[in-house]
Amino acid sequence: MPTHAQPAIAVTGLRKSYGDKLVLDGIDLTVPAGTIFSLLGPNGAGKTTAVEILATLKKPDSGEAQVNGFDLARQSDEIRMSIGVTGQFAAVDGYLTGEENLLLMADLNHLSKQEGRRKAAELLERFDLVEAGKKVSTTYSGGMRRRLDLAMTLVGDPRVIFLDEPTTGLDPRSRHTMWQIIRQLVANGTTIFLTTQYLEEADELADRIAVLDHGRIVAEGTAEQLKRRIPGGHVSLRFADPRALRAGELALRAAGEVSADEDALTLQVPNDGSFRALRALIDRLDGAAVEVEELSVHTPDLDDVFFALTGHPHDSQKDALR
Amino acid sequence: MSSTTLAMRDSMTMLRRNLLHAKRYPNMTLSVAFIPIFMLLLFVYVFGGAIGKGLATGDYVNFVTPGILMMATMSGSVVVAVSVSVDKTEGIINRFRTMPISRASVMTGQVVGSVIQTMISVVLVTLVALLIGFRPAAGPLGWLGVIGLMLLVAFAITWISAAFGLIAKGAETASNIGLPFQFLPFLGNAIVTPESMPAGLRWFAEYQPFTPIIGTLRALLMGQPVGGQGLVAIAWCLAGAFAGYFWARSAFNRRADS
Repeated sequence: MPTHAQPAIAVTGLRKSYGDKLVLDGIDLTVPAGTIFSLLGPNGAGKTTAVEILATLKKPDSGEAQVNGFDLARQSDEIRMSIGVTGQFAAVDGYLTGEENLLLMADLNHLSKQEGRRKAAELLERFDLVEAGKKVSTTYSGGMRRRLDLAMTLVGDPRVIFLDEPTTGLDPRSRHTMWQIIRQLVANGTTIFLTTQYLEEADELADRIAVLDHGRIVAEGTAEQLKRRIPGGHVSLRFADPRALRAGELALRAAGEVSADEDALTLQVPNDGSFRALRALIDRLDGAAVEVEELSVHTPDLDDVFFALTGHPHDSQKDALR
Repeated sequence: MSSTTLAMRDSMTMLRRNLLHAKRYPNMTLSVAFIPIFMLLLFVYVFGGAIGKGLATGDYVNFVTPGILMMATMSGSVVVAVSVSVDKTEGIINRFRTMPISRASVMTGQVVGSVIQTMISVVLVTLVALLIGFRPAAGPLGWLGVIGLMLLVAFAITWISAAFGLIAKGAETASNIGLPFQFLPFLGNAIVTPESMPAGLRWFAEYQPFTPIIGTLRALLMGQPVGGQGLVAIAWCLAGAFAGYFWARSAFNRRADS
């Protein structure tokens, strides 16, 4: 039996190609139990393939992996018993109601009738689908379908859940609901392997992030560690008039490169957005008695991360394999 | 529980799912029965007078009904191809594959569910045939034979269609599987006897699988001796069912490694 000390997922040297297209080029990962791990990358980076392999849907060409202590090559049945998968495209039965979908999962998990009903009712309640539960799921909105999909995954009480781009295509409100649900899951001790193309999402949720590009992990660490490696964070200052702009430029030039926009009356100053760095900036402006109308902090986004880590913009291969 | 019990249990769950679909959308079953019923009326009332005279085998409705029943089996099989294809494109098959369930149960549920639906539409077509004057002369054993043969044909065609649904690009392509199957009986002895056809076509009509199957069905229904064609019919059905089953199984498993 697996114990708590061992990682929920351990991967070494995983490779996979389709024909002569290399999709995963030897990836190594360790995900401690009870944490959220995010695989961050653009379309075509190999995220879905990684999930498909770890979820026993596809076989790797080489490399080893353990999920919940079970060997991927020899114990796929045991792995299937301990995982849940919610894909990018909600895999619900559109002809059944939400409740019937959950009962189907209960039957397939070999729960008793009574236990299945109890579980279905509990999940409908928890995912705010009580009313919708009686309706056929083709009538659901994108967010509702995604919630039902995740609820179906939870019927089997998985210890590791793979979430493949769980919020892609959702509106901001549904996305935030999804984030809340994911946080609750991990609070109950479940391990989550999340793939996403949004840095913000990985930043919000993940304990650790690995950046995947062209089938390789190009960086790994906490959100903080990754962002620190990325230039591109800056502070934008807006002034009331050209005179104040010039004064500000003069006061800050000593501290580093400053770029001024005379028409918009703004200055851009490199800054990592940390409290300390901001205070230093403000002290400097105060010291020179410069009046600033507005200050805004710009943290790097996925494009900056990608450009910094890979040297190419991330949308260069949108049409590649998912 | 042993793995066989689990496989049975999972297959029953999958079957329930398919029957729930059929119950919720009865139009699917009805529309499957509609085309053969329309054909039956067309051939009996519109063409029947002219064709029947040339055949001289008694009442034309008795001649054409077995052929129409075969068509009903064919159009029933379209349902499974579409439904498997939808499962595949919607990703629910992938969900099933990440669960600790018997893999065979997914397709078994689909196929058994579809065969039941097909049998319902076959019964509907038979009822309409009886209403318009079809008078079978089969005894209890004959009817047993009819039911057995229809089931065997349905399983064969349904497994082949299910495999096709797995490899089809989408539901639309999958729905096209029915067309050749539906028209194949026409190029045999469903509507007329092959003797009236030109040489090349006659040769095809005599040796294609549906001719011995429909011939056997007709003989069973009309209480006539079946003869050697019965074995040929059963052989074709078994070959079709096995080929379809193994094709579907390999298509289902192949998706795991590609």
